[in-house]
Amino acid sequence: MILLHAIPWAGALAGYWLFPEQLPLLSAIAIAALFAVSLDLIVGYAGLVTLGQAAFFGAGAYTAGILAQQGWGEPFSGLLAAAAVAALLGLISAPLVLRAGELAGLMVTLGLGLMLYEAANKAAAITGGADGLQGVEMWPIFGLYRFDLWGRTAYLYSLAVLFVLFMLARLLVASPFGWSLRAIRGNARRAPALGVPVKARLTAAYVIAAAYAGVAGGLLAQTTSFASLDALSFQRSADGLLMLVLGGLGSLYGALLGAVAFTVAHHALSEASPVFWQFWLGIALVALALAGQGGLLGLARAAIARLRRR
Amino acid sequence: MSIVTRRSAITGFGIALATPPLAIPALAQSGDVFRIGLILPMTGPFASTGRQIEAAIRAWLRANPAPIAGKRIEILLRDDTGVAPDVTRRLAQELAVRERVQALAGFGLTPLALAAAPIATEAKLPMIVMAAATAIIPSRSPFILRTAFSLPQATAPIAVWAQRAGIRTAVTLVTDFAPGLDAERAFKERFTAAGGSVTAELRTPLRNPDYAPFLQRVRDARPDALFIFVPSGEGAPLMRQFAERGLREAGIRLIGTGDVLDDDILNDIGDSALGAVTSHHYSAAHDSAENRAFLAAYAAQAPGQRPNFMAVGGWDGMHLLAEGLRRTQGNTDGERLVAAMAGQEWISPRGPVRIDAQSRDIVQDIYIRRTERRDGQLWNIEFDRVERVGPMG
Amino acid sequence: MASAITVLLDGVAAGMLLFVLSVGLSVTLGLMNVVNLAHGAFGMLGGYVCVVLLNRLGVPFPLALLAAAAAAAAMGFVLERLLYVHIYGRDHLTQVLFSIGLVFIMGAVADWLMGARTQLIQLPSWLSGRMEFAGIGLGRYRLFLIILCGFVALALHFGLVRTRFGARLRAAVDDGVVARGMGLPVGRIFSITFALGSGLAGLGGALGVEILGLDPNFPLKYMVYFLVVVAVGGANSVAGPFLAALLLGVVDVAGKYWIPEVGAFIIYTAMVVLLLARPQGLLARAK
Repeated sequence: MILLHAIPWAGALAGYWLFPEQLPLLSAIAIAALFAVSLDLIVGYAGLVTLGQAAFFGAGAYTAGILAQQGWGEPFSGLLAAAAVAALLGLISAPLVLRAGELAGLMVTLGLGLMLYEAANKAAAITGGADGLQGVEMWPIFGLYRFDLWGRTAYLYSLAVLFVLFMLARLLVASPFGWSLRAIRGNARRAPALGVPVKARLTAAYVIAAAYAGVAGGLLAQTTSFASLDALSFQRSADGLLMLVLGGLGSLYGALLGAVAFTVAHHALSEASPVFWQFWLGIALVALALAGQGGLLGLARAAIARLRRR
Repeated sequence: MSIVTRRSAITGFGIALATPPLAIPALAQSGDVFRIGLILPMTGPFASTGRQIEAAIRAWLRANPAPIAGKRIEILLRDDTGVAPDVTRRLAQELAVRERVQALAGFGLTPLALAAAPIATEAKLPMIVMAAATAIIPSRSPFILRTAFSLPQATAPIAVWAQRAGIRTAVTLVTDFAPGLDAERAFKERFTAAGGSVTAELRTPLRNPDYAPFLQRVRDARPDALFIFVPSGEGAPLMRQFAERGLREAGIRLIGTGDVLDDDILNDIGDSALGAVTSHHYSAAHDSAENRAFLAAYAAQAPGQRPNFMAVGGWDGMHLLAEGLRRTQGNTDGERLVAAMAGQEWISPRGPVRIDAQSRDIVQDIYIRRTERRDGQLWNIEFDRVERVGPMG
Repeated sequence: MASAITVLLDGVAAGMLLFVLSVGLSVTLGLMNVVNLAHGAFGMLGGYVCVVLLNRLGVPFPLALLAAAAAAAAMGFVLERLLYVHIYGRDHLTQVLFSIGLVFIMGAVADWLMGARTQLIQLPSWLSGRMEFAGIGLGRYRLFLIILCGFVALALHFGLVRTRFGARLRAAVDDGVVARGMGLPVGRIFSITFALGSGLAGLGGALGVEILGLDPNFPLKYMVYFLVVVAVGGANSVAGPFLAALLLGVVDVAGKYWIPEVGAFIIYTAMVVLLLARPQGLLARAK
């Protein structure tokens, strides 16, 4: 069983030696994966669909970016700060989102995300507006390893952060807290009867997911020495959601798989056909949606089950 | 993480980094091919910019098929996949590291160019900015050269002209992002210095569905003229609504940079564009042998389409790179190439241009043009020009 | 004062347009419980049909509008039978995956056929220009929008309340299972309604070329606006989305007119506030 868990991570680490010229892409995948994991926590486990997760991603990106721009370029503390700011934002917005209920709550997340985007655009003095944040200078990791052109440090750093947070997320969803979230998703009306404080648990999940997204954003800002408005964009929320649904909800590994599949497909298709890649991406998404539930992970499970039956 | 001590984390990281990835290829020259990594918006809201530049570059290659200083030019086109600076940066990084290109080019929007600038510096690659127009761009890396234009450069002449044409009061209407603010600032500075006054400064959101309320404000303010800057392509609905709202009948003249009356869509905008006066560095109606050659080459590549100011930025970018390569006699070292390109002067389809040796930005003539109908088509007809305008106007 | 009324009327016109574009989405969400993010793609199709007929073939504008609506309706009908039937009853996220994929495909096809540039139309002379009435100026085209879209809204409302099809539709919305049990051809009602909604989007897309512009990015660019109308207005009715679209149109235009500094902020704030105040939609009865 442990072996099964080791395979994807060993693969990810092997990528470092196998694809030395693709490390920037691999870093992007690791960051996207962390973002998808954050979405899985809130959408897959707590059952709360959001269209505004990019708000936390962007908040994290700007926090880490601005810290480094102002002269504090230490990476790990930058990530902590990014997580803290995003979590705080989550704590403030959670009551609004939970109050509104299903579809309206979804749209409230979207609305808050768009408002934050506009606010960042207007606050050009701090954020650099539409130009993006200039002059982000990162210190070397542990004071030793600087972020290089090849993206070696960036990839190992992103992968390490992803690994730690992923394992933490696994502990979390296996804990009583995680089970109470599933109970809420299964039946929000019955959950209180089981002694689950629905609102408090959902708020906690929302805040944790926000902190995860904040770290992902912080990673992006640190590894690219840049933060810009697109980190807050609806597009980013939508992409994250697509990755998650593509990979399969509610298993964390689905989030990883989806992030890998989506980013690689996006990259390979846009490289092979810079003008019409969206057509092929669209075909793939439609085919997958029609093929069955559970995303890629669901398909893989079904295939394995079929093999076993033989 | 608790078991993993700081020290062992450091060592682990160190071991991984110390074991170099397999087969790192040196950033070496690859024989007789000169590879250019071209990053452009080929899809999404700014796709028309990318299509214009790409077509112009292909047209240039068709018109100049012979190897330059013994090198065949190869273009690697990448889509920036929308306004995503991290993607552009990653593409630049990959083009440098994996594809081993010897120059980067394209860059549709300011944040994208700025995100890629550190890569150009670190990889020591010439980076030709063919579209993005915020003034500060070339200062962000000693390897950036620009063949597009800058907004203060295109804006200052119209402010001076407006004053001479008897316009005393003006309202500015710009898109709320860096180039728009550049244009707003430059216009106000020059126009007030010349004795005019800007009575209101309006900014429209980048994603704006409707210009009606802004134009209504302009109508209420009743200035002598309305100065407009919006990104290429956005100008059409704006021009239409300007006419619909009866601003011209109210005695308000329309002036602006040429972005609004982009040659690509000028004919579709139709009669509502007639009489508008704009300042810009290129009009497809420019009368010169170089421009006729450009139009012919472009038409061969993209039949039935008219090149716009984006296309000419791509065409000149290719010319500049080729000239640089000739001067270094095929040496593709980034620093030498940049040194060879800075200070270049030539006659572009737009007119005489020079890449300033210090700022690496373009110095060019800016033309004042009026939109007129000629032979059943609309053109921006140049009737005045300011010679050798620097990047800051 | 006069220009304030002009601004309000501008907002009404924009809101009316938004209503015609998005009402189909709200009906499909209410009726079939399908989140159809590709709704705007039908609007785009209508827009392109109108552009081609008007600019290349010289078809009169009213006919081009009809053709745009018909083409979008036909496309909606075909896609519903071919693809959408397979995603009824799936969870919303799968539907999101599916319909976003469809948006990508249709955008790329539009790009391939028509190019990436902004498309424009030449309005007939009776619709261009401006008229003054008691000192209040209004563009002729905006007046035309208000009248036409207002007529469409009325027709929809009475169609739903007065006709036999409307009654069946409402029955199917209220409780699909019971309606099926009563022998109503629910599948056919779905198809016709989907085609109708797509056709309206097509009409809206054609009407919107002049004001919203048209390029292959159209469905994504305005998707958020359609969603806002549906969420604020609530699914299941015509009046809810109508009111929501009007309100958003007026608030957006008025906000940009009186306080242009805050720009796009107002419409989002208005949306969040409305959603918090009335989570079930503007006209929803308390349950």
